Amino acid sequence: MQFWIIQGLNSLSLGGLLFLLSSGFSLIFGLMRLANLTHGAFFMLGTYFGAIALRDYSGLNLWVTAIGAGIIVAALGGLFERLVLTRLKTNPLGQVLVTLGMAFIISDACLVLWGGDSIPVPTPHNLQAPTRLFGFVFPTYRLVLVAIAIATAIGLYILIDRTRLGAMIRAGVDDRQMARAVGIPVSRLFTIVFCLGAGIAGAAGVLGGPILSAYPGLDADMLPLALIVVILGGIGSLFGAFIGSFIIGFIYTFGTVLFPELAYIILFLPMIFVIAFRPQGLFGRLGT
Amino acid sequence: MAVEALALANVHSFYGDSHILHGVGFSLSEGEVLALLGRNGAGKTTCISTIVGFLTPKEGDIRLFGEPIGGLSPERISRLGIGLVPQGRRIFPSLTVRENLVVARQRERATTKPWNVERIFALFPRLEERYAQFAGTLSGGEQQMLAIGRALMGNPRVLLLDEPSEGLAPLIVAEVGRIIKRLKDEGQSIVLVEQNRQLALDVADHAVILNTGRCVFSGKAHEVLNNEELIAQHLGVYHAH
Repeated sequence: MQFWIIQGLNSLSLGGLLFLLSSGFSLIFGLMRLANLTHGAFFMLGTYFGAIALRDYSGLNLWVTAIGAGIIVAALGGLFERLVLTRLKTNPLGQVLVTLGMAFIISDACLVLWGGDSIPVPTPHNLQAPTRLFGFVFPTYRLVLVAIAIATAIGLYILIDRTRLGAMIRAGVDDRQMARAVGIPVSRLFTIVFCLGAGIAGAAGVLGGPILSAYPGLDADMLPLALIVVILGGIGSLFGAFIGSFIIGFIYTFGTVLFPELAYIILFLPMIFVIAFRPQGLFGRLGT
Repeated sequence: MAVEALALANVHSFYGDSHILHGVGFSLSEGEVLALLGRNGAGKTTCISTIVGFLTPKEGDIRLFGEPIGGLSPERISRLGIGLVPQGRRIFPSLTVRENLVVARQRERATTKPWNVERIFALFPRLEERYAQFAGTLSGGEQQMLAIGRALMGNPRVLLLDEPSEGLAPLIVAEVGRIIKRLKDEGQSIVLVEQNRQLALDVADHAVILNTGRCVFSGKAHEVLNNEELIAQHLGVYHAH
């Protein structure tokens, strides 16, 4: 019993982390129709920024670092989008190659700058004491991560579905040309979306740091997870990404514990079935 | 002398490789309605697309109250005061009725009575009833009203209506006609593209007829109404012999 509850909570916290990872990817993919394969690298950049900043500057705390890394990665993402990706609007294969190439470049740059050893990201002091939940002991930080994921989901929902800015972005998705004809600066809004998606990935990288650490190859570990979550949940559906994150959180956690040698099969098999038999994902809409 | 609201001079426009507009020119005076007529394929919609910036004119001059707008981006042209009710309505289907209006809001120009959501709802009570509904679920007539409302939200100095009666039931067509008259009475400058000649000439002051991308007539609207020859030559349906 204890095993199931502990692993269940582990699944939840992994789900939270996966949502923080994949929400930015989902946002960019859903609104801009751009499969940003640099997303895992943005996440890893965040983790490295966090690890280095917290190692070298004792005055910083994890939260401030996460926000700072989010802003830096958002800015880098914005530059990348403005300078390169806007030129590839009608060239999906070009987008795939460029974003993947950028991921490799970032990955190598991290290796050169910060070496091949993993760098830990310390858990905040006040969250190091475990929490007792239903008589079980559980790492407090992981619970906080779930709460942050939920808050992020709500924040993004409000931004996209309940504000004028969000409606303008959706109008640009519905009919880009017509949106421009009513005065909406669609191109600028899409840059904002890209910055936001990249920034969330960067901040998520720092927040995932205490669990994952910064290490070479982190990007390549995270990118497939983001893809699986978004495809399972439904392309462009933030709600789908949210549910998908927790489903994958459970599958991955229990898969690795129960059948460690089959973890990737357990992870990728559902995705393959979803693509084959329900291409719009669990919560996605066809044709959007 | 009336102020020139919109003026085209010698405009050449291409759609891909096809040369569609061959030196089109006309001018709309402030507060007037200009009917842009012609058969299918005469270049009416290409003309509208060029004015709003969907197409870049290869040659020629387009001016809005004296300011050149030819070749600017659609968002810039919209912000300078061109409002578009496009052919096929093109409302944003996944936005609610209210959102469709709100996203098109622009900073108020120095107009006497700026448009806002409340005034649009007063003009189109049907839209108010459906304000929270997704626009894609509206009927054709309601979508047309929404498209007009959306264009008005930008407080345009010139409103372009591209076939607003297309595909609508006669009762709704009449209502669209009344709305256009009402906007004219409020001083709105309008370019009206129509297949429905009667509707267009009823409300228009001036008429311009396009044929294969050239202006073949420009004059008072009532001059077209009773000119059988003009109608047969440039507007009427071809009859197979």
